[in-house]
Amino acid sequence: MLDKRLQSLGRHGVDFITGAGRAGALLIGALKPAGRGLKLLPLLIKQLYIVGVQSLIIIVVSGLFIGMVLSLQGYTILVGYGAEQSLGQMVALSLLRELGPVVSALLFAGRAGSALTAEIGLMKSNEQLSSLEMMAIDPLHQVIAPRFWAGIISLPLLSAIFSTVGILGGHLVGVDWLGVDTGAFWSVMQASVEWQEDIVNGGIKSLVFAVVVTWIALHKGYDAVPTSEGISKATTSTVVQSSLAILGLDFVLTALMFG
Amino acid sequence: MISSDNIIEISNLHFSREERAIYQDINLKVPRGKVTAIMGPSGIGKTTLLRLIGGQLKPSSGAIEFDGDDITQCNRKQLYKVRRKMGMLFQSGALFTEMSVFDNIAFPIREHTDLSESIIRKIVLMKLEAVGLRGAAKLFPSELSGGMARRAALARSIALDPELIMYDEPFAGQDPISMGVIVRLIRELNDALGLTSIVVSHDVEEVLSIADYVYIVANKTVIAHGTPEQLRHESSEQVIQFMQGKPDGPVPFHFPSDDYKKDIFNNA
Amino acid sequence: MISKRIELMVGLFLLAGISAILVLGIKVADSQLGGNSASYQLTAKFDNIGGLKVRSAIKVGGVVVGRVSSISLDEDFSPNVTMDIDTQYNQFPDSSSVAILTSGLLGEQFIGLTPGFVDEETELLTNGDAIEDTRSAMVLEDLIGQFLYGSNDD
Ligand SMILES: Nc1ncnc2c1ncn2[C@@H]1O[C@H](COP(=O)(O)OP(=O)(O)OP(=O)(O)O)[C@@H](O)[C@H]1O
Ligand SMILES: [Mg+2]
Repeated sequence: MLDKRLQSLGRHGVDFITGAGRAGALLIGALKPAGRGLKLLPLLIKQLYIVGVQSLIIIVVSGLFIGMVLSLQGYTILVGYGAEQSLGQMVALSLLRELGPVVSALLFAGRAGSALTAEIGLMKSNEQLSSLEMMAIDPLHQVIAPRFWAGIISLPLLSAIFSTVGILGGHLVGVDWLGVDTGAFWSVMQASVEWQEDIVNGGIKSLVFAVVVTWIALHKGYDAVPTSEGISKATTSTVVQSSLAILGLDFVLTALMFG
Repeated sequence: MISSDNIIEISNLHFSREERAIYQDINLKVPRGKVTAIMGPSGIGKTTLLRLIGGQLKPSSGAIEFDGDDITQCNRKQLYKVRRKMGMLFQSGALFTEMSVFDNIAFPIREHTDLSESIIRKIVLMKLEAVGLRGAAKLFPSELSGGMARRAALARSIALDPELIMYDEPFAGQDPISMGVIVRLIRELNDALGLTSIVVSHDVEEVLSIADYVYIVANKTVIAHGTPEQLRHESSEQVIQFMQGKPDGPVPFHFPSDDYKKDIFNNA
Repeated sequence: MISKRIELMVGLFLLAGISAILVLGIKVADSQLGGNSASYQLTAKFDNIGGLKVRSAIKVGGVVVGRVSSISLDEDFSPNVTMDIDTQYNQFPDSSSVAILTSGLLGEQFIGLTPGFVDEETELLTNGDAIEDTRSAMVLEDLIGQFLYGSNDD
């Protein structure tokens, strides 16, 4: 009994380590300068479209609503202390430091990450990846690299757009609806938000999330069991693992940056 | 070595998947400039053999000489160099789904040459014409029938006129007319361009009509080989069974398994 | 191979992302990006700086004129605050005073600078000068203590 458990523990351990090894090899293979930069550009543009542009709507809509809700909630709390002037500060800081990077990364994992995994899993299952290899074209360069870079470029931009739209949404509710003074809204915000401390740190967070989510998504697809069940499992596990990684890393990064 | 008559020499090859041995000590030679057919029951490892030749799978022991290079000893970079001399038609076709048929066929040319777009266009249209799909150039793979997709994939695998082309089931899903066209196409490509072809197929008659040399694999190794003429007169029971498509005989139709009755009544 | 429409959309997306970053930088953080414009330094010694931090604002009548650049402890254990003041505001007389204030009841602490009177003897503060007239942070506990003792005395 114990023997069996130890065995399965060992097997899981080995699986985990070899999995991590393959994921590492994937990353290195995708990033290794391939000397075919110009040929990669059209692929990158196409992936930016799929990964970035097509995630825009969900990011903008969610950003708007989260900003509006933050403003509404914040107002009811702050007004109790007569501090509703600080509404802008509260909305902006929550968005820039936490909600912008984290929520957009979660949405990105669900929208773009799962699609990446499924797409690559399917390419594997109908032998497109194999046929690339047989054409003497490295699928890591042709398929993985452009998707990886597109993810890394897109998410920080999406997250900046999320925060900006969120602040506008907060303004909409706080100023235009609840009647907080617009001057106070902006000036208190401007006095408290710091370029380095808040915006750059938020940007670093979302860059880290971008690397992690895209990497997980690509690895899961590339490593998927090439059947419909395998691909659906891989897709689910992309979303679950990316979300956990985002939340865990967010805590670590927050502790390092603001702790 | 280079002037050797065999483009591929497989010697003492062992390969297994998980614990199951697929090949045990198989030896096989593919003569240069000829059409070599590989036949055998389903699931016996014909696709696996092509992948081994392409270097996508590593055997547990044995050597695969391709044009003087041992595929099993190549590192990644050498492998990619060697593969430029190979073309492969995958069993599933493996067209790139996000590109049109035209772009699919242009793809390897664009990747590996610096030809101008107008020359590429000519080459692509020629290849499509050869497989009778010039009218479908603008369609996407999802808009093709299974047989059309296979012909498009065939056009792609010959796009770069490689030295060796491996066809995995090129006739599957073709009507008699396109079957005839493909049979002729394989033969003509082989003779006109001086290529070497390996054809994996179950269609005994078609294969025997174009192949110069035939290998029949079963039981983890080659059970018979020779020219079509020799095989037709082969007296071995196994060969006769396979060529005539009889279910009973020494070649197992079933995937290795426990005794049928025992299996069925075991869990009752 | 790629349609113009996709290229256009990607271009717009990149543009939107970059302008969002600029909006955040300029409108939200109000930072002079790159223009870490010229500033001069003044120092001030306090008894207690409360919750003042590096990068806290220096305000004159509510207008931010600079930021705290460093905080250190002198030999006599009193905190010494160095302030970066924008050169645009270099007309403060040496009779000016600074106080550590709090924005709102629970807000951030900042330094309020009150420009002093000007007569023949006063000079303008320049780089490296110290402001003598300082008022420390109010510490809530001390205030409560004073209040309690004060009411006992009465
Ligand atoms: N990815 C894989 N993992 C494990 N086993 C596999 C895998 N692919 C194939 N096999 C096994 O290897 C054996 C040979 O497979 P292969 O695809 O080479 O057969 P085949 O001769 O091409 O059959 P068919 O004529 O049906 O295409 C099969 O028994 C199959 O179960
Ligand atoms: Mg097969």
